[in-house]
Amino acid sequence: MANPESCRFAKSHEWIVAEGDAAVVGLSNHAQKEITDVVFVELPKVGRKLKQGEAAAVIESVKAAFDFYAPVSGEVTAVNPDLPGNPALVNQSPHEKGWFFKIKPSSEAEMNSLMDFAAYQEFLKTAAH
Amino acid sequence: MRMTTTTLPRRTALYDLHKEAGGRMVDFHGWELPVQYSSVMQEHHAVRRACGIFDVSHMGQVEVKGPDAIAFMQKVSSNDAARLKDGDAMYAHILNEKGGVVDDIIYSRLGAQHVFIVVNAATVAKDYAWLLEHAEGMNVTLENRSEHFGMVALQGPKAERLLSDIAPEAAKLKRFGALPLQLYNRDSLITRTGYTGEDGFELIVPNETVPRVWETLVAEGASYGLVPCGLGARDTLRLEAGYLLYGSDVDDDHTPYEAGYGWVVKLAKPSFIGREPLERQKKEGLKRKLLGVKLLERGVPRSGAPVLVGEERLGTLTSATFSPTLQAGIGVGYLSKPDLAPGTKVSVELHGRRMAAEISAVPFYKSPSLTK
Repeated sequence: MANPESCRFAKSHEWIVAEGDAAVVGLSNHAQKEITDVVFVELPKVGRKLKQGEAAAVIESVKAAFDFYAPVSGEVTAVNPDLPGNPALVNQSPHEKGWFFKIKPSSEAEMNSLMDFAAYQEFLKTAAH
Repeated sequence: MRMTTTTLPRRTALYDLHKEAGGRMVDFHGWELPVQYSSVMQEHHAVRRACGIFDVSHMGQVEVKGPDAIAFMQKVSSNDAARLKDGDAMYAHILNEKGGVVDDIIYSRLGAQHVFIVVNAATVAKDYAWLLEHAEGMNVTLENRSEHFGMVALQGPKAERLLSDIAPEAAKLKRFGALPLQLYNRDSLITRTGYTGEDGFELIVPNETVPRVWETLVAEGASYGLVPCGLGARDTLRLEAGYLLYGSDVDDDHTPYEAGYGWVVKLAKPSFIGREPLERQKKEGLKRKLLGVKLLERGVPRSGAPVLVGEERLGTLTSATFSPTLQAGIGVGYLSKPDLAPGTKVSVELHGRRMAAEISAVPFYKSPSLTK
């Protein structure tokens, strides 16, 4: 679904990529490795209006619970129907089968404010512990 | 002038091998150990379905020698040492004068005058001091062997077949059997014990031979589906099996009865430290008990989560996780209604929400490899 290199990334490790007049969002490969085995995902309802940076989904791994933040503001237009029944898709296929939801962005500027793939790689290096 | 002390995490003899194998290292009671290699889920399933190995070198060992060795174990632990013959091991609790648990241990009778105790990592110093104190006036010598020995746990239904390729005589041990033997020309001990709820063995070998033992098991075990496993899988496996994590589920302020471990207390044996308060507690009944809770909704309970029946808060979970085998959230906690029957509906508060749950029998899972 989404080549990582064509995605944009939030500092909180969500990726987003335009698809028609909506965009698909998910969790980066780096983040899924850090979170470890995902065993439960609670997705937002279709139609929910999200603000950029708002907690939009909950991810539970064997390690801990994590919030998934909306990378941009907009309305949720679809959620991944396979994810609740098979949350391990987040680990197995973070950029394809493990997508979270689709959102209709309300501002193009927000999208452009996110990091591109190269900037995200650089960010991971500097943010490394 | 101000003095500062920094405590560096300790490393086991297997540290370099863990790093090479991609182990994700974490601090566990001052020890740097892998929490996982590939995935907690995969490692967990490997142990339930085939086999896995764990570095448990952080655990401590104390040797007791002398004419009073057995009498000493009778005095300082809850279970009945008189039931052991040479080559038998046993799970027991060391108790304080209030009946609280100083530590939970497995010890082996290696001879009429020789007992080998395995203690928890975080409690080595406390246990050793406690044991020394109560050895006074008895004809025993104690030696803390924790710096000398490392330890590898080989666990899972395929463990016996794998071990029979490497140490055939040890593979014939019965459950809770103990065999002293030479491994790579060093005095070692293999016991048919473990903390995963599967059949398996613990190999207690000097630090200098631990890497060879580990590498041999990894190489020979590959065809059996063996994988190295971290602390993450160790925790999910032991919780499914209903085993206590010392310091979380039981400690100096909780008794074996409260922890649901009355079977390790033998009141009929000769007197032991902590017996009187336990006798009283047995007569008077419990005010709290460690009970199992299973989520009926999909979610992951965490330790510290409150457990309620209706609006009444009964206690909090001391250990909790997502059970890979049952595919459900499970946990244990001290609840103020000790007699709640399995199946009783309760709720667990998670992230400000109440999740439907029920009281569950413990263990949550019984492996066929232990019941054959």
